[in-house]
Formats: sequence, C-alpha cells, structure tokens
Amino acid sequence: MDKAAATHLTGFTLNNAPVQVEARVGERLSQALRDRLGAKDVKIGCNAGDCGACTVLVDGAPVCACLMPVQQAAGRSVETLAGLAKADPDALRLKESFQHHQAAQCGICTPGMMVSAVALLRAVPEPDVAQVQDALGGVLCRCTGYRKIIDAVVGAHAADTLQESTQELGAPARRFDGLAKVEGRDLFGDDVAPDGALVVRVIRSPYPHARFTFGDLGSFEARPDVVAVLTATDVKGLNAFGVIPGFIDQPVFAVDTVLFRGEAVACVVGEADAMLAFDPADFPVIWEPLDALMTVPEALQGGAPLVHADRPGNIMCGGFVACGDADAALAGADVVVDGFYETSFVEHAYIEPEAGWAEVVDGRLHVQACTQATGMDRETLAQVLGMDRADIRILPTAVGGGFGSKIDVSVQPFLALAALKTGKPVRMCYTRVESMQSTTKRHPARIDIRVGAKADGTLTGLTFHGDFNTGSYASWGPTVANRVPVHASGPYFIRNYRAQSRAVHTHCPPSGAFRGFGVPQSAIAQETAFDVLADKLGMDPLEFRLKNALHDGQPTVCGQVFEQGVGIQACLEALKPAYDQAKQACATFNAENADVKRGVGIAGGWYGCGNTSLPNPSTIKAGLRADGTLVLHQGAMDIGQGSNTVIVQIFARAFGVPVADITVLGADTDITPDAGKTSASRQTFVSGNAARLAGQALRAQVLQQANASDTAEITLNGGHLHVVDADLAHAVDLSRLEADAEGYVLKAVETYDPPIAPLDENGQGIPYAQFGYAAHLCVAEIDLKLGRITPVSFTAAHDVGRAINPLLVEGQVQGGIAQGLGMALMEEFIPGRTENLHDYLIPTIGDVPPIETLILEIEDAHGPYGAKGLGEHVLIPTAPAIFNAVYDATKVRLMHAPATPARVRAALKEAGYV
Amino acid sequence: MSYLTPTTLDAALGALSGRDTEAPVSVIAGGTDWFPAQGERAYNGTLLDVTRVEGMRGVSAVGTGWRIGGATTWSDILHADLPPAFDGLKLAAREVGSVQIQNAGTVAGNICNASPAADGVPPLLSLDAEVELTSTRGVRRLVLAEFITGVRKTARAADEIVTALYIPALSAGARGGFTKIGGRKYLVISVAMVGAVLTLSGGRIATARITVGSASPVALRMGDLENALVGADLAEALERVTPERLAALSPISDIRGSAEFRGEAVVEAIRRTLTQIMKGQAHG
Ligand SMILES: Cc1cc2nc3c(=O)[nH]c(=O)nc-3n(C[C@H](O)[C@H](O)[C@H](O)COP(=O)(O)OP(=O)(O)OC[C@H]3O[C@@H](n4cnc5c(N)ncnc54)[C@H](O)[C@@H]3O)c2cc1C
Ligand code: FES
Ligand code: FES
Repeated sequence: MDKAAATHLTGFTLNNAPVQVEARVGERLSQALRDRLGAKDVKIGCNAGDCGACTVLVDGAPVCACLMPVQQAAGRSVETLAGLAKADPDALRLKESFQHHQAAQCGICTPGMMVSAVALLRAVPEPDVAQVQDALGGVLCRCTGYRKIIDAVVGAHAADTLQESTQELGAPARRFDGLAKVEGRDLFGDDVAPDGALVVRVIRSPYPHARFTFGDLGSFEARPDVVAVLTATDVKGLNAFGVIPGFIDQPVFAVDTVLFRGEAVACVVGEADAMLAFDPADFPVIWEPLDALMTVPEALQGGAPLVHADRPGNIMCGGFVACGDADAALAGADVVVDGFYETSFVEHAYIEPEAGWAEVVDGRLHVQACTQATGMDRETLAQVLGMDRADIRILPTAVGGGFGSKIDVSVQPFLALAALKTGKPVRMCYTRVESMQSTTKRHPARIDIRVGAKADGTLTGLTFHGDFNTGSYASWGPTVANRVPVHASGPYFIRNYRAQSRAVHTHCPPSGAFRGFGVPQSAIAQETAFDVLADKLGMDPLEFRLKNALHDGQPTVCGQVFEQGVGIQACLEALKPAYDQAKQACATFNAENADVKRGVGIAGGWYGCGNTSLPNPSTIKAGLRADGTLVLHQGAMDIGQGSNTVIVQIFARAFGVPVADITVLGADTDITPDAGKTSASRQTFVSGNAARLAGQALRAQVLQQANASDTAEITLNGGHLHVVDADLAHAVDLSRLEADAEGYVLKAVETYDPPIAPLDENGQGIPYAQFGYAAHLCVAEIDLKLGRITPVSFTAAHDVGRAINPLLVEGQVQGGIAQGLGMALMEEFIPGRTENLHDYLIPTIGDVPPIETLILEIEDAHGPYGAKGLGEHVLIPTAPAIFNAVYDATKVRLMHAPATPARVRAALKEAGYV
Repeated sequence: MSYLTPTTLDAALGALSGRDTEAPVSVIAGGTDWFPAQGERAYNGTLLDVTRVEGMRGVSAVGTGWRIGGATTWSDILHADLPPAFDGLKLAAREVGSVQIQNAGTVAGNICNASPAADGVPPLLSLDAEVELTSTRGVRRLVLAEFITGVRKTARAADEIVTALYIPALSAGARGGFTKIGGRKYLVISVAMVGAVLTLSGGRIATARITVGSASPVALRMGDLENALVGADLAEALERVTPERLAALSPISDIRGSAEFRGEAVVEAIRRTLTQIMKGQAHG
C-alpha cells in the first residue's frame, strides 16, 4: 500500500530510542521534540532557519528542526545534544573542549553549535578553521565572538590531553555552570513551564502611531478558544513601567493610542493548541493610523506633534559636561577637525527570545523568566499589580543573552496579569519578530564633534553635541543622555571641553540599555576624528593618543582625579608591537594589490563602572550551617558573562577556602538579597565587592570562634571546620552554635555601594568610583570596487585591574568585538523592515577574525582585589578601530554606521576612487 | 487535513489532481521556504511531501545531458560528480544559507519559490536548464526562463509537480562560475549574484552565457554582453563588461543596498566571475 494516507502518528528514533508522536500536520520537528518529547535541549531562536539553535541530526545530517515537518522524520534517526552528550565519542570530546575553551557563554547557541560540530567531526576528525566555519556557519552566537567555539572544535580531537585549571581567583577556571550548558541541560526562559500551562499571546500595533478602539471584547472573550482577554482595564496598579524614577512612562497596555509599531494593546490567553492556531487579526480592535515621527530631525522640527504632551520639543532629557573654555580653545588651536556622524538602531539579537511562565502559589505570585534584573522585575510587578513586593517571587531562568535589553521587563507583566486573572499557570515566549519589534534598541545617534590641537599634538579643546533617538518611551534613555557627555572625551586629558546630549522622542521602539549606553556611538565620532586630526598634524595616530592619554593625577572632563588606576596609556603601549608589525605587513600587502587595500586602525576607550552618580548597591549573603555547609546566596544574574563563576571565585578567596567547598544558591528573590541589575559593567566590581565583604565578614566570625588571627587558614572537611593559626589547629564545633531561622549558625550579609558624588550643572563631580580602559587595534581589508570591509585581525588591550578569571575576560573581549564589528559594518534595525534575523544581519562565524587579547592589570583602589568592570568596555573601541583602519588604507573617513558596502562604496567614489 | 508521503509519482500526482473543489494541497520539499512563508501559525491543510517519491532525488547523466531530480538537495549537488560546467551551480549550492539549509533545501524548491534572490537561478539559466512539470494530465517541459514568470510567480499549475530539471548537452570544456555578493559570510540573501558558463578556445571566449540575479524581478541572461564577449581574452573581456551591455537590468534600492550600488556590484561580480573561470582554466 502506498503511504499516501494521513499520517498523524509519526514514529522515528530519538537519540537511538524509538519514539512515537501524535502531531499536527506540518508540525515543526522542533516543536514536537520540545513539547511532545521533552527534548528541551533543542532551542528555538527564530523558527525560520536563521539562527541554527534548533539544529538536530536527521540520519546524521544537520538540519534546522524548525523547518522540518515532524512527519518528514518518520522512520529516520534524530539526534539532539542531550542524547549525543551521553555517549557519542565526538560529543564527549566537544564537551570537554567547549568547557576548556569557554566556548559557551550564555549557552543558548551551544546545542546548535555542538550538534553541527558532531556532524563535522564524524566526517573530518581534525578539521581546520575554514572547515569549522563552513560547518558551523548556520548557527548564530551573540555572546562569544565565535573564536572560542572555533578553538574548541579544532581542538576537540585532543580533548583528553586538556589540563583543567584550578578554580581560585586569577585562574582561567572553567565556568562553574558550564557542564549543564554543554550537555543541553541548562534551562532557559521557554524551557521551564509545566505541561498544560495556558499560553499568553500579545495583540500588538501594526502601526508606529495610531489611535485605537476595541470592538466587542465580551463576545470575543466568549469564544471557545479564548480563556481570557487582558487590556489596560485589568491593570489594577499603575499601568506603567520604566526603569528610572521620574521616567516610568511605558504602559503595560496602551489605553487609546499607540506610540510605536509592536506596542501591546491586549493579551489573549488560551490553551496552547488554540493559541498556535489563533490569528491575531481576529482580535476586535479598530486602528486609526496617525502620522509618525520616525527620525530625530522630524521630531525636532518646529511644530512637530508631541510624542508625549508633557515633553516639549519632543526632548525627553539631556546631559551636559563642561570644563575650561572649549570655544576659545578651538579658536586658538593650530589644527581643528570637525564632523557630523550618524549611527543606526542596533538590535540586541540575543538568540533567546523573551520567555517565561507564572503561577499563583498560596496567594503569592511566582514569575520565572529570563531577566537581567530580578529586583527591578519584582519592583515593577509590585507597582503594576498593586501588590506587596513580599508577595512576588522572581525566579530567573538561565538567560540566553541580554546585553541590556533584558533589564527592562517584557513578558513579566503579561504573565503576572494572566496568572492572576486565570488562576492557572501561564506561559509565553516572544516570537523573534515580536522580540525585535517591541523590546529596546541601541539609540541611533546624530553627533557633531569638533576637536582641536596644538601643532605639537597636544589636544586643546573638544565640543560634542549628540542627539539620540530615544524612541517612544523612556527606558534607559536618560542614562544614555547622562553617560555620553561624561565619556565623549575618551580617556584623554582635555582641559577645555563641552559636551551636550539630548534624548529625543520619536515613534520608534523605545531605545534603552545596550552594552555601552551610548558610549560606543560617541566613541566612533571622537576616535575617528582623532585620526583625522593626527593625520593633519602629520602625527602617527598611536603617538597622538599616547601624547594625550589621561594619567593618574590628571582631572577627567568631570574634574575627577584618580590617584591610581588610570590604565589607558598601558593599553595603548601594549598595542605597540602589534601596531608596528601590522603597519609593515599592510605596506607590503598594499604594494602588491590594487583593488584591495589593508589598513591598521587604533582606537581607545574608557567606561565608568556602575550607575552614573547614583547609588548602586549590591548585597551578598553567606552563611555556615551547623553541618559545616558553607552557603553563598548569589543574586547577581549571570547572563553569560560569568558572574556565577566570578562572584564565587571572589567569595572563596575572601573567606579563604577552595571554590569546591561552597554551595551556591540563587538567584531567587525569595532567598538571595538584591545584587542589583546585571548592567553598567557593575557585577564584578559592585557585587564582587559585596561578595568580598561577605566572605571577609563570615571569615572574621569563624576566626573569632577559634580566637585565631587574620592570617589563619580555614579548612572545611566533611562537616568539620578547622582553623590553623601559626601551626596551631583549632576545631570549631559549629553544632554547638544556635542556628537562625534560615539554618545558619554564622551568617554575613554585606552591601557594597561605590563611592560617587553628584554632578553639578556643568557635569563636574564624581560620576564613577572606577573606570576601565581599553584600546583596540584592527587590521582591515577594503575591497575598493565592492565597498566591502573585512576585518583581518584584532588585538585588544584591556585594563581590567585584576583578571579574576582571564578566560572570562577573553570571552567578554571577543564577544564584545563581534558586537562592535556588527555595529560598524552590518547592523541596522529599521522598524517594519528588518524585524527578523533574516533581514537584520549580525556577524556569523565567518565574519569575526582572530582576536588576540592582551590583559593588563592596573589595580583599582575600589575594585575587589583590584578588579575593574569589563562587560561594556569590550565593544567601545571596536567600531572606530575598524573605521580608522579604513582611513589608514584609503584616507576615506567613514561617518555613518553601519558602513555597509553601499555606503562605503559611495564614500569611496566621493573621495575619487573609481 | 493530512500529511502525504507518497513513494510513487502516480500517488503524488493523484493527490494533487482533481482537488479544485477541496482545500488546496501544499507541496513541501525541504520546507526551508515553506515554513518561513507559513509563519508562526499552525498550518491547517494537507501537505504533500515529495521527498520520498521514487526517482525524485539525485543527479544523473541522461542521454547527452543531465537530469536533476525534483527533490535533489543543495548538498546532493555539492556531492555529485559533475563536469566543470556545473562549477557555478556548485558554488551557488555552497552559498545557499548554511549547511542546515543545504541539507534540506532543494533545487526545485528554489526555482518554485521564485525569489529574485534565488541563488540557484543564475547558474541554472546559464546552463540553459529546462523544467519538467508532471501532472496526471501529462508531462511538459519549459525552459527555466519561461517557468519563472515574475517575483514569486511561476508557470506551474496547481496540480503539477516539478519532477526534474534537465541540463542539455554541454560543449566539452564548458566551465561554470558564480559570484554572490552579500552582507556577511554565511546565511545571507544575495545583494546581487552572477552565474556564468563559458567555453574557451586558446584563452579566448568562444561562447558565454552570463546571468545576473537580484537586479531585476527575475534573473536575466545578458544577451548583449554574451555576444560582445565572444573572441575576448580576459583583459578584453573585463573591459567589455559595461553598464550599457547590462541595460536590461532594473536594480532597485532596498535594505540590502541602493540601486546604484547594485548596478556597480553587478559589473564587478561579472568581472570576478569571468576572472574566476578564465584564470581557473589557465591554471588547469
Ligand atoms: C535561513 C535561510 C537561508 C536561506 N538562504 C538562501 C540563499 O542563500 N540562497 C537562496 O537562493 N535561497 C536561500 N534560502 C531559501 C531556500 O532555502 C531555498 O530557496 C531552497 O532551495 C528551497 O527549497 P525547499 O526544498 O526547502 O523548498 P520548500 O520550502 O519545500 O518549497 C518551496 C516552494 O516550492 C514548492 N515546491 C517545492 N518542491 C516542489 C516540487 N518538486 N514541485 C512543485 N512545487 C514544489 C513548495 O510548494 C513551496 O511553495 C534560505 C532559506 C532560509 C530559511
Ligand atoms: S530556531 Fe530554527 S533556525 Fe532558529
Ligand atoms: S553563547 Fe552563543 S549565543 Fe550566548
């Protein structure tokens, strides 16, 4: 008989075991695997073939499970990471190698990467770099910059020879949460909801600006496939969320007017199958589209309608820093360079879309979702729901990348409202398009800059004006406006300076936090203007920077004086050997090539760690149980950057025991004190300090019990705590101490808040307790005929004060460079046009060249063991270094990011290239 | 509503015929265009999977030419033993999306989807490919240029299956080339691409078939240029690639590039493809 019959029951082998599923016709294999067979190790990033996270092997060949009907797998063998990781010899080697090289950061791409790599290794046991790139080219990673992944796959065949590092502070320790990631066991936002949870769908505006009215919601809600409908009237507390006091302005549900395409107006809740079949076009809402302001010039034009009635001129806020007399200095300068720069919306493009679930447990609300900020989520929900904070528990999942956007709430208010209204567990996961339409973006900037210097190369003055498209709602716009003027000088000594910024409202999606809070944009203008200036002066760009680099004891443009820890000179000097070598190599290359040219570009950068002149505490708790268990309550969200590792390394050092002796709990707002948000490069610095203080405090209590001195050694051994002080051993019997309600016989809770001082009206003050410093070198090749820029290599020097974990430092640097490269060359979010990962391009494994990381340790007085923050520094110098390489090669100054081939080609032609 | 996986052509054709009054049946092969077009919503209809129909997969020599089965994947093309005239098609196969996409996506799916940016079309047009359409009503063959009639439009009737593509006899020594211009290394839709097949004699072009994609609603053969190239050595050939000879194109501006850039990129891509083929031969 022919098989041309309905095949609802599909059988295949999954990881060598026979399985059967009863699936819909044309159900995606990925969905069947995840929802019907529990294979949550198959990740979904796009449902469109664009990210490769869902890669599985079908009869040994890697395919996107999201693009294969499950019925097509009938009778075939399907392999996923969780199965391979158990016994497949190649997967076992990859597991070791991935951990050793730290090829997994957040880990959401890891299943796709490893499954693709298994297929490669089966065919080519010892592949070279190009073969790895070809084999893994279909899997996107937003965290690692890919080079560690390449190293891990190239090196997999030798995995049994790898030496595992120790775990102490300063060692290149493997990520402590890494094993689960490489075995496909780590659970992300969409992996944790219980079976049968109701599904929440959001009704969103198709227009950037529109008025709307609802039709007959009552009869819609009565439909059999609809369990509940939520609109603004269901919001019992404040129908607004935001992140900065005074700027809480974004409604959970718009009331009668939407201000950006993708804004939520309602939610529909129903059974999972019903919601998959549900067509949002059936929802009774009538739109009346209105004119939309999509750019800053439109929004600033006299007479432009106001996006928010109470924000005149569409200006939300601004920032200002001035010292000396910039205009006079520029008038008196021997050489002046000015320029106008433009950058675009950049999408965070983490591979994990926003997802989570919620339920009501004994009258308390539990929300489990991917987030960068558990404490802020709880605060927002308390306000929106009109509930007591104590009645809300935020239990984060593993986070598949955040980069700033998952500080703001996304799914959380919808989940909370739906759980409360239905009384049932509810889940949701944004589609890629929803995620890109509705969550925050990097601010597009329009920057005017003027820089002047004396003939000897001394910088004399700089003026900067930046207008930032902050979109429809505030989010972190005020932070960008404040940060940029503080940083727009770069890490240089400039005595005459005036920098102004404005956050301008438009009908675009809200711009918010994205690695660097506006500084990557301002660095493009400042660092590339420096190269033009150096050129006019006849100076080498590296010499020019060294001449003007900020030193200890010199005031910043905010008048802040660091007596120690200013590391920019060291970073620049560290690049010198690579720079000299690259200059020579490029000269040789250019002599031999006419249509492609190579250049070397350098750029510096700095970044203040923590909130700008605002309190910014982190609290860490630790305790000893009577049985000798040492527990660390670690609430600093690990979004792939590594706080689950670094905070523990710091605490272990402070308390004085090996990492292996520590039991780590959290994050969970019911049990971990607030360690603040994972942003502003603050977790290693601020939470790290809290962990250090907690470790030291708990240690002091133990030593006191033993009457031992500060230098005593503590050992924890099978429930016995020993203190050895000057060869004298004391056993501390913890069981004789009384346990508190949490079961701790000794406990320490410590808070660290960096010492800062407010800025005055000229931006003078102490914005940050510490800055971190960086300088990047890029060798880039430019195809003169096609306008294509190809970075050939990077050398990145980073002053991190103290590398708590050098492997994590390298991971941050490489991942940051990949994001800087994307911003420089290809990433441009256009509302309504690039709302998916097909049209919005981020770098693939073939686009990121080798990166050498030079770690410098100029200790900081405030940092834990001297450490400085790093998470954002890593991409600030990247884009200008690339642009400066192009300038070096062609004398063409790129002033528009991204420098797509079309734009570069136009700039080349304008400069006279044919 | 059912999922049909016929193993015989008759059964497949039967599933498509006489369906006019019932809910339409959607043909699916690799699904790499089908799912993105379907979107997130659950599909509510019948699917006809053509990947298990006997004889639909693989490349074979038939008579003086070649047959590419209607369910042949891009990976199948890459791994097939084919003469140098197919080098352009192979280069295109390597650049379709990613390994994952190449393992599932089919050549027939690519032409049926009829995207102006379909990478398979320029090399296939340069190979003078013909499309075999089969239904219970019979079999017909169209040249590819007649099969694709517009942006996402083809001459396929609802009851027809693309059962094969045919490549007519190739002159001995014909060589293919392909150049894709895109915004990143992998997983990228072409800004412009060129497929070419040349025959050379004494370092000079004897015949040229040059096709440009992504610069007009349907990829186009550049007849004027093809004629002008005859007799040229490499240096002359590069010079003869002029915008005037590409006047049939109508590049547009979109998120991937301006019309002006596309126009220039096409000129450059043709030159690089010619160099690729002609230098490749010189080096043997
Ligand atoms: C991430 C991603 C990247 C991509 N990159 C590229 C790229 O770089 N270049 C490129 O050209 N394309 C690309 N594509 C598009 C796609 O992969 C190709 O067009 C592929 O060749 C389609 O083949 P398929 O078998 O998957 O088609 P399917 O999706 O199965 O079908 C496509 C259409 O053709 C019809 N059809 C298929 N086979 C037949 C048949 N035998 N008879 C009749 N009708 C049929 C189907 O009904 C459907 O309408 C990409 C797609 C994705 C998802
Ligand atoms: S989820 Fe399948 S490719 Fe992105
Ligand atoms: S580690 Fe690859 S996406 Fe996060």
